[in-house]
Amino acid sequence: MTASHRRTAPILGADGSETPITPRWHLGRWIVGTLAVLVVVWLATAIIFNENIRWNRVFDYLFSPRILDGVVVTIWMSVLATVIGLSLGVVLAVMKLAKNPVLQWIAAGYIWFFRGTPVLVQLIFWYNLAFLFPYLTLQVPFTQIGVQWDTNQVMTSFMAALLGLGLNLAAYFAETVRAGIQAVDRGQTEAALAGGMTHMQTMRIIVLPQALRIIIPPTGNEFISMLKTTSLVVVVAGSDLMTNASQIYKQNNLIIELLIVASLWYMLLTAVATYFQSKLERRFGSDAVRLVRGPGFVQKFLRNGQQAQTATESIATNSEKATTR
Amino acid sequence: MTDPLVRAIAVTKSFGHNKVLNGVDFEVRPGEVSCIIGPSGSGKSTFLRCINALETVDGGGLEVAGAQVGYTLEGESYRPWRDRDFAKFRAGIGMVFQRFNLYAHLDAAENVATSLINVARMDKAAARRRAMEELDRVGLADHATKRPHQLSGGQQQRVAIARALAMDPTLMLFDEPTSALDPELVEEVLESMKALALGGMTMVVVTHEIGFAREVGDTLSFFDAGTIIESGPPASVLSDASSPRTRAFLDKVL
Ligand SMILES: Nc1ncnc2c1ncn2[C@@H]1O[C@H](COP(=O)(O)OP(=O)(O)O)[C@@H](O)[C@H]1O
Ligand SMILES: [Mg+2]
Repeated sequence: MTASHRRTAPILGADGSETPITPRWHLGRWIVGTLAVLVVVWLATAIIFNENIRWNRVFDYLFSPRILDGVVVTIWMSVLATVIGLSLGVVLAVMKLAKNPVLQWIAAGYIWFFRGTPVLVQLIFWYNLAFLFPYLTLQVPFTQIGVQWDTNQVMTSFMAALLGLGLNLAAYFAETVRAGIQAVDRGQTEAALAGGMTHMQTMRIIVLPQALRIIIPPTGNEFISMLKTTSLVVVVAGSDLMTNASQIYKQNNLIIELLIVASLWYMLLTAVATYFQSKLERRFGSDAVRLVRGPGFVQKFLRNGQQAQTATESIATNSEKATTR
Repeated sequence: MTDPLVRAIAVTKSFGHNKVLNGVDFEVRPGEVSCIIGPSGSGKSTFLRCINALETVDGGGLEVAGAQVGYTLEGESYRPWRDRDFAKFRAGIGMVFQRFNLYAHLDAAENVATSLINVARMDKAAARRRAMEELDRVGLADHATKRPHQLSGGQQQRVAIARALAMDPTLMLFDEPTSALDPELVEEVLESMKALALGGMTMVVVTHEIGFAREVGDTLSFFDAGTIIESGPPASVLSDASSPRTRAFLDKVL
């Protein structure tokens, strides 16, 4: 993109003369550009004016209640599965970096298992959990106290989708979190330990907040990818966008039309998510951002200014009484 | 004579096959400033990190305030500490690092207050006031809301000193606190350290600032290949060091 800025000011000679610049036509660039436009227009017309696509039916279905219901389910499913995946991913990463070798092995085994098996298989597995465990029981050991559920009632297609997609994302996300944690300068960990913090405190107060700078930007991509991965829950009849669209076209055979409807919605969701992702990246991408929520307490303290000072001082005096050093 | 605050008895320490500490004998009494010099790689940092248990010792004995570091005597034998025993022990010892190691996501005041809040369990208002006092002591009250990257190296190191002092340590460890600083910033950090020494703080200082060692130090130890081969009052170690290795090193840094 070097040619995007074209000089228009005339060139100054040593004697004060000004000589204008005659622009050059880049012939090759024009030919390639024109060809590309032609190809795009040809493809677009081939689809838009294709007499086998009934566009009026596309618009009929675009806002039909079943499709809209599906969109809502897809959004919820993506949000919840991403939240499960991200939270569990952090836990796995911390386990993998823990000193306890048992925790390390468990985390490594989890990651290997969930990355090693297709999501599709996992979805179907969770949906059919009742074959393995007809009842799910939570019981206090050696007593009769506990609760029991019928697996088929708990493991709805929505639940199976959440587990399948969430647990799977966690395995991938753990690696991102681990990279984020390891990118935080070790010296700060040492300083925190030297300052009397335990390993857990150091992780929570010093390391994780800084690792977020590396962890957060990819979460946008994970979510966008999740929006579309949810379409796999078709296999467990998840009543999401794709499931509903496919159930409609199985009845009326308007396959392409409903795929277009679904695609339009996925594209809209992706566009919205991309917008938020760019905001997220702007907020967390640069080194200068402050990762603590809101302004620091000293800033708040200074900003509260004079009127608040008497109140603060009385609080401070009280707390000083309460604290013995 | 008072009991030593730190006493190392034939301390050894290896990283794999690399024997980094090879029988270190060392003592600091309360209120003393003990300076350590010696060539790079001779084990000075490792020894300092053993004192506050950031590293564990392999052999010998290491006592701080009369108690073994890392172990509690239970009947006939010593039992290793748990994570929180280490944390509690370290809370009473301040450490200042060559590379400052400020928390990059927190401003200067928060850097100082973090341990007060999370370790000393002070409430936030009291911790905030204490943090401002400590920053004021090192002349940085006006920089309380700046994050580390907005401060010069000298200012960062003074925040680090304030952070360590806020916890009311009984012992301060300095690991080449001025080595990463531009020459014109060294003095401001040394001034803060001198003030601290005059106030009676017990300090172990690894440094190449011979002037500081001569002026402020009560003892000067020379580290070489994992042992202390020369130790005594700074003036005498500097003027009539007996070992040729000490002489050779001093000729280079003086
Ligand atoms: N964590 C570690 N793992 C392995 N080797 C180490 C570690 N820390 C220090 N060393 C080695 O120990 C030796 C002494 O290092 P150090 O105590 O930092 O020396 P000094 O501070 O005197 O320069 C060096 O050879 C160094 O490579
Ligand atoms: Mg060193």
